[in-house]
Amino acid sequence: MIKKEMIALLLAGGQGSRLGVLTKSVAKPAVLYGGKYRIIDFSLSNCINSGIDTVGVLTQYQPLKLNSHIGIGKPWDMDRIDGGVTILSPYLKAESGEWFKGTANAVFQNIHYIDRYSPEYVIILSGDHIYKMDYSKMLDFHKENNADATISVINVPYEEASRYGIMNCHENGNIYEFEEKPKNPKSTLASMGVYIFNWKTLREYLIKDDECPDSESDFGKNIIPAMLNDGKSMWAYQFEGYWRDVGTIQAFWESNMDLVGRIPPFNLFDAEWKIYTPNPVKPAHYIGSTACVKKSMIAEGCTIYGTVINSILFPGVVVEEDVVIEDSIIMSNSKISRNTSIKKCIISEFVAVGADSKLGEGEDIQNEYKPGIYNSGITVVGEEANIPDGVIIGKNVMIDAGVSSEDFDSLNIVSGKSVFKGGVTE
Amino acid sequence: MKNVMGIILSGGRSTKLKELSTMRSSPAVPVGGKYRAIDFVLSNMVNSGITNVGVITQYSFRSMMDHLGSGKEWDLDRKTDGLFIFPPFLSDDNSGWYRGTADSMYNNLTFLKRSNEEYVLISQGNCIYTTTFDDMLRQHKETEADITIAYREMNDIPIDEVSNMGILQVDSEQRVIDFQEKPIHPNSLFGSLGTYIIKRELLISLLEECVAHGYYDFVLDIIVKMLHKLKICGYKFNGYWRSISSVQMYYRCNMELLRPDVSNELLGSSKVYTKVKDEAPAKFNEEAEVRNSIVADGCIIEGTVENSVLFRGVTVKKGAVVKDSIVMQESIVEENSALSHAILDKNVILTKGRCLKGEETWPIIIGKNVMV
Repeated sequence: MIKKEMIALLLAGGQGSRLGVLTKSVAKPAVLYGGKYRIIDFSLSNCINSGIDTVGVLTQYQPLKLNSHIGIGKPWDMDRIDGGVTILSPYLKAESGEWFKGTANAVFQNIHYIDRYSPEYVIILSGDHIYKMDYSKMLDFHKENNADATISVINVPYEEASRYGIMNCHENGNIYEFEEKPKNPKSTLASMGVYIFNWKTLREYLIKDDECPDSESDFGKNIIPAMLNDGKSMWAYQFEGYWRDVGTIQAFWESNMDLVGRIPPFNLFDAEWKIYTPNPVKPAHYIGSTACVKKSMIAEGCTIYGTVINSILFPGVVVEEDVVIEDSIIMSNSKISRNTSIKKCIISEFVAVGADSKLGEGEDIQNEYKPGIYNSGITVVGEEANIPDGVIIGKNVMIDAGVSSEDFDSLNIVSGKSVFKGGVTE
Repeated sequence: MKNVMGIILSGGRSTKLKELSTMRSSPAVPVGGKYRAIDFVLSNMVNSGITNVGVITQYSFRSMMDHLGSGKEWDLDRKTDGLFIFPPFLSDDNSGWYRGTADSMYNNLTFLKRSNEEYVLISQGNCIYTTTFDDMLRQHKETEADITIAYREMNDIPIDEVSNMGILQVDSEQRVIDFQEKPIHPNSLFGSLGTYIIKRELLISLLEECVAHGYYDFVLDIIVKMLHKLKICGYKFNGYWRSISSVQMYYRCNMELLRPDVSNELLGSSKVYTKVKDEAPAKFNEEAEVRNSIVADGCIIEGTVENSVLFRGVTVKKGAVVKDSIVMQESIVEENSALSHAILDKNVILTKGRCLKGEETWPIIIGKNVMV
């Protein structure tokens, strides 16, 4: 049998519902980020850069794009004879099949996959976060402490601490208490959803948890508390650096914008820690003689004749003459026709924006249809939408994926409104 | 084109490329921000459905081997067929150096004999053009020619470059009636692209015969000598085509890629594959002023760039001005330095406040790893 010291399980089933139309047809880990990547690329690249070459990716929600993105793991150098990347989707068993109930249940259902490699340690990751982390250092820490489990934590501002799972620990990092989203947090060390377990120990707890019908089968809610109760040796590994859960439209936009700063807090240009992703096979981009590009990231295959300021353009975007794009994210293969202005928008893949239009103009009124999602002044356009010539679109507007010009009853979509495919609210 | 195999002749040394080819053969010269010259013909073959390709190398082939690797990027890492690289080798009956193009193919006759495609497409590694070879093969079959040579009217290329080519004349049935190799006074503007289609069996027997007589050049000893014995036809290619044969042509081809019509024809509709570098998208800072330029991934730009081609990972710092220039991979143009009509090879550092100025007809070249 092949033996691996540590293998990784990457939980990539998250729907990411607070990303609205961006996750309409893809899971959150497959959302595009940073000019050429998908969110999951960061965890996958961290794995290979940390020397982990065996990764099981657990998918559930809308896995098509994710599956084709990962393929056999070539871009991450994970097309291996032993190990490599394996996509683990829910499946039918002899008598019944079931979806993954919770994060721990997802791992439980794949115990046989992990057993195949009989690893000493298992690292559980989520495919939802933007960060660069050397998991091998965390493993060293785990071994030094003779730990049963090590949880990676990051210091968050006190005001935000109640949104996270908080670890209360002694000076040396030994955890004595875990609180999920506490009202009055006792510490500011938030769990990053990165766990290293001794596989033997975790295996027992997963089986025990499965026998308990009331359990939500969640690492944070069930497994970690159960282990703490039993007095297992649990340690907090403090991570220093850039880490973002880009779970909301605003957080997603802000984290992308972080990349265009002069000295960005998150450096994608680090030759020692490259982030890998499938290559789009496009030529280097072309900046025309009428163009002006400042404070922006531009990917391959773009053709730019207009003005782009403080924005991120993914591969194959076309920006025609007299277009002004500011504070926006334009995803792969979208086309912005002439004399259009786009301010603070997120435009998905394969969108066509007509000429003489204005997007992101007007008052900052929250979205009527989903005020909890579109409320930070950012207008979001779903993939393959067709926006006709001469429209004016306000702030916090949601344009559904795949809309065509017939779906626009008016050429003036004021702030807070939405345009749906076929004109219907789902 | 399942029934065609490809051979790319990439051995040639070009002294006219000066410093650009001291460490690499001309097909390995970087072009258009992220490619090497050979990417074009290799992608043309792949896009034509050819999956069995041999690349014959000779001079300074290390960078070429590095670039091609297993052929992964061209989807040529196959179980059957795929990409084969043939550097010169020593054996009992072999001097270890290819004596000419015919000799280089003769030395790798096993490759030809072991393959089972009916036709062979022979092409050059240092030409920049985008096409598929289906139409040429169709004509080759229709005319029942023994050899078909692709040619082009070289009316957009200076005459001294034309006289460095094979010049041919064809009759109304496309039959080649005259072929001059590198004539001082070309008698027509029809230049050979160095691209031939020939039946594999015929190629094997021609090569055997040629080398047995002590001749080693495919053009002079096979094409020219057999002009009236075999049916040799021309196939007219009408698209954009440049051979990276001199510094001037190299510079000109890169500058022409800035024209939307040229870049569209070369890179717009069909894919040109190259080695992936996994760089982040290019970053433009506040002071960046970029016009009419090609910028590759991994560049960080804070200065002025006009009419230039920047390869992957180039840094242009504040106050620096890059005009009408080609800057290759990982080079750095530091604060307040200026560059015009210059070619910076890989990993060049132009230190603060330096100024380099060439002429359009005579661009200045700074060799690899130099600090100015």
